[in-house]
Amino acid sequence: MTTLVIAEHDHGSLKGATLNTVTAALQCGGEVHVLVAGHQAAAAAQAAAQIAGVTKVLHADAPQLAEQLAENVAAQVLALAGAYSHLLFPATAHGKNVAPRVAALLDVAQVSDVTRVDSPDTFERPIYAGNAIAVVQSSDKVKVLTVRTTGFDAAGAGGSAPVESVAPVADGGSSRFVGREVTKSDRPELTAAKIIVSGGRALGSSDKFNEVLTPLADKLGAALGASRAAVDAGYAPNDWQVGQTGKIVAPSLYIAAGISGAIQHLAGMKDSKVIVAINKDPEAPIFSVADYGLEADLFEAVPELVRQL
Amino acid sequence: MKALVAVKRVVDYNVKVRVKSDGTGVDTANVKMSMNPFDEIAVEEAVRLKEKGAVSEVIAVSCGVTQCQETLRTAMAIGADRAILVECTEELQPLAVAKLLKALADKEQPQLVILGKQAIDDDCNQTGQMLAALAGWPQATFASKVEIADGRAQVTREVDGGLETVSVALPAVVTTDLRLNEPRYVTLPNIMKAKKKTLEVVKPADLGVDVTPRLKTLKVSEPPKRGAGIKVPDVATLVAKLKTEAKVI
Repeated sequence: MTTLVIAEHDHGSLKGATLNTVTAALQCGGEVHVLVAGHQAAAAAQAAAQIAGVTKVLHADAPQLAEQLAENVAAQVLALAGAYSHLLFPATAHGKNVAPRVAALLDVAQVSDVTRVDSPDTFERPIYAGNAIAVVQSSDKVKVLTVRTTGFDAAGAGGSAPVESVAPVADGGSSRFVGREVTKSDRPELTAAKIIVSGGRALGSSDKFNEVLTPLADKLGAALGASRAAVDAGYAPNDWQVGQTGKIVAPSLYIAAGISGAIQHLAGMKDSKVIVAINKDPEAPIFSVADYGLEADLFEAVPELVRQL
Repeated sequence: MKALVAVKRVVDYNVKVRVKSDGTGVDTANVKMSMNPFDEIAVEEAVRLKEKGAVSEVIAVSCGVTQCQETLRTAMAIGADRAILVECTEELQPLAVAKLLKALADKEQPQLVILGKQAIDDDCNQTGQMLAALAGWPQATFASKVEIADGRAQVTREVDGGLETVSVALPAVVTTDLRLNEPRYVTLPNIMKAKKKTLEVVKPADLGVDVTPRLKTLKVSEPPKRGAGIKVPDVATLVAKLKTEAKVI
């Protein structure tokens, strides 16, 4: 029984989600191998070799793997799948894109967003926007999982696994990468941040959003997040969205300012260690999950908070 | 060219679901059901492509119980031309649905299949990708913009960290993200017209698909409750609590 973790990386380094996925892989029992598929991603492969618990790194290097297109990455995973009992992907946009393609081609079911490994064939996952937890058992010969990163700690360093080159698959050719528009940010990555300051529709405009929340985030070294309402209104970029359909986060401190707390938002942040809600409306559902609730106008309370920190 | 749109009947997104006390699942009896919100966006996009002349016919498909006909009527009221229901009472998992859709795609030969990125009940986010794999087609998931030209679809996708654009050869599978469009409201005249449109009913066996679930649900439970929090009177108290009690800053 051996598990293959499909690494998410930017060629130079590993994305944090890969480390959480390795922890889940170790809980499946057996050896853990990591696949780094990309183009000139030797640095990422080296980083994978240093993760504690990893016994082998497979490195597939080819130009057609450079942009991580689902068709080519899935074909690469399939070419290696025969040797593995478990294939684990982080439940990120990339993992969710590729994993079901692999599962279907192996004719097995996939378990999405696993939050706990109960045994090598039994897993826990949230359903209905986190309002219920299902325990599912797979009888398939290969278990294909995506791992919710906030459910597992990041694996530590200290490994020294050998890196082995594997033959890259040929380009499928049906899909072409055109371009990428990256949101620039000097802040910690949302899904990995220890503290998150998140704003909702009550901020009123994109200028206010930045003007009010940025000083607080700066003071705390926090990442900025947003509710779907704030994103839809154009106050914050899409990839700041916390919720069922956005990012799932679990920081040690989550400050929700002007967020009512709709089910879809709560699904993305209710595993945070400490939740602070700042809202004018005493009836806002966010107060039912907040450890500390402050019923106040955020335009006064947030600047005051910055002064007192 | 034809476009196929897959729609799912799910518990309405406004409903706060309850877990059954015997742990077998979520109580769906007498609960308001509607079309999965991402699928509404999928239908809207297909209809807009038809209005632009890129698509000639929009076929809505749903898999599940008889009541899914209502969901298909809604899709036709938005603008789908006809509908197909794959009727069955068993639990359908994404792999089974993907196989059913693949069989229908073989029959109808669409150039484009549009699905929602995930259903808000099982939160799987798998069916579109699985269908693309089974059909051997390229995929463009989490789409926030779709343009059809010269036998290809250029799709802007929402990914972690920003946006990414890919160009896929048709036939292809596209799954919708929230920001792709805003679905129109269905009007009464269109609801009436939808009643006259064709709705074909087939069985999984007619399509030669085995829909036996592969995953067994052992238990469904309530998520752990958070301990009751407190309200603080002012910012000073909040800062003090965060520093001394919670020790998070």
